[in-house]
Amino acid sequence: MTVPPILRVEALDVDIAGSRILTGVTFEVPASGVTALLGRNGVGKTTTIRAVLGLLPDGGRVTAGRVTFAGDDITHEPTHRTVRRGIGYAPEGRGVFAGLTVAENLALAERPGHEHRYDLVHDLFPELAARRDQRAGTLSGGQQQMVALARTLLNDNTLVVVDEPTKGLAPRVVTEAAEVLERAAERVPLLLVEQNLAVVRRLARSAVVLDAGRVVHTGDARDLLADTSRTTALLGVGSRTDHGAA
Amino acid sequence: MDTLVLLTLTGLGLGALYFLIASGLALIFGLMDVLNFAHGAFLTVSVYAAWRTAETVGGMPGLLLAAVVGTLTGLLLAAVVELVLVRRLYGRVKEQILVTVGLSLAVPALVQTVWGADARPFPVPDALSGTVGVLGARVPVNRFLLVAVALLVLAGIHLFLSRTRYGLIVRAGVEDRAMVTALGIDVTRAFTLVFALGGALAGLAGVLGGLYFGSLSPHQGTSLLVFAFVVVIIGGLVSITSVALSALTVGLVQQYANYYAGGYGDLAVVVLLAAVVLSRPAAGTGSPLTRLRRALTAPRTRSAGGTA
Repeated sequence: MTVPPILRVEALDVDIAGSRILTGVTFEVPASGVTALLGRNGVGKTTTIRAVLGLLPDGGRVTAGRVTFAGDDITHEPTHRTVRRGIGYAPEGRGVFAGLTVAENLALAERPGHEHRYDLVHDLFPELAARRDQRAGTLSGGQQQMVALARTLLNDNTLVVVDEPTKGLAPRVVTEAAEVLERAAERVPLLLVEQNLAVVRRLARSAVVLDAGRVVHTGDARDLLADTSRTTALLGVGSRTDHGAA
Repeated sequence: MDTLVLLTLTGLGLGALYFLIASGLALIFGLMDVLNFAHGAFLTVSVYAAWRTAETVGGMPGLLLAAVVGTLTGLLLAAVVELVLVRRLYGRVKEQILVTVGLSLAVPALVQTVWGADARPFPVPDALSGTVGVLGARVPVNRFLLVAVALLVLAGIHLFLSRTRYGLIVRAGVEDRAMVTALGIDVTRAFTLVFALGGALAGLAGVLGGLYFGSLSPHQGTSLLVFAFVVVIIGGLVSITSVALSALTVGLVQQYANYYAGGYGDLAVVVLLAAVVLSRPAAGTGSPLTRLRRALTAPRTRSAGGTA
């Protein structure tokens, strides 16, 4: 690849409440396409993302290693500054503000100095325009995920980080979410944590696999998923590969 | 009848005072998880600053200027305390309590060394020292002023929260502070703003308290703060309106009980607090009794969602 990666994680160690959660995590996110961060439950995928964004829980800290975004060291930077560099983040559990309306959730994501792409957001999610005055807490899971994704696409970000966007969604809604992510990936590189391998197969170009807080595989996503024995060994879900819609 | 009217309007005045103190406490706790025990100290310093101003200038202009000085004193003091002390202690509950309790003890002591422990009369302009006849009761004019100011403040906070970007950040931050920062917003600025706003309201409450009680003393802030905490707990941090209704209830219960139950107003407030806390279902899990019953009968189920 001739273009330098947008995000580079180098030898990252993370402790939470005194115990080592990540050890020497190293990977890159190319400046285009979808990079999938894979692994079984509890191997450190969300912790990796939170460490990148400076959002570790109380008692959590990066003890060694480096995170660079577009060439700049962001390892110990406050979250809001990192995000303002051009990162959109849709967390696990969606992170919508339940008591705020859809419009207020989006307004909060407006970053000064950016053009706000309401045209794009309303094109991708016409439902959000219709429900703009509805409280986000009263939306369905799929609609809440739309709000979370819309917030990442409202600003012209240079990286969008999405943690388990299809978790808990009905199969039909999973397909919708995958379509949206696919369209988003045409505009901006995505770092995607996803358990649904059908979605990964459809979207991801490269894959990073974590196990017990270490990177155990990096490479082409389709090659990995085509290799059933390795998928089973690394993710323990080989037989489930074709479950779920995408 | 006339006694009831007087008690009610006095209770409303007291409730207004509690609301001004409690609304700042509730905003600060809701957004920052900080129990600000120094809030009463802000009030004390403000009321002394206001008193000096009112004494020096005199009359109605003196009071108006005193209100401005008192509010600004609370605002500045709170902003400095947030920037210098509280800012370093977010997420460290024990240290926060030590620092704010320390301030709540040290500041009144300091005030006491300068102006003495005795209560001083607060200069009330003639226009506000009279009474008005309401349904046969002679009600002090300042009660109406207190209620009017509290209503204005309630409307102002409501507009701030619903119409401004900072209000939006505050409402979102009360729900999920980390997510607000993950949208690229520097939430510490909202912290300073809310802390300063709370201090300004405490300062204003100090001036109005001076009018209400007709006097001021170094420990006025601390004793009012106790009731403000009760108001916040009863109000349940739901909304600023719930804080207002709670303040009203506490003010009225205290006044009625003081008159009809032989001076047991403070005790009545504590009983009310206990009743509300014990009967409140905790975050969708039912009352403590229900939870206890459930814990004793149902087998424990562990949540399935492992976080990575």
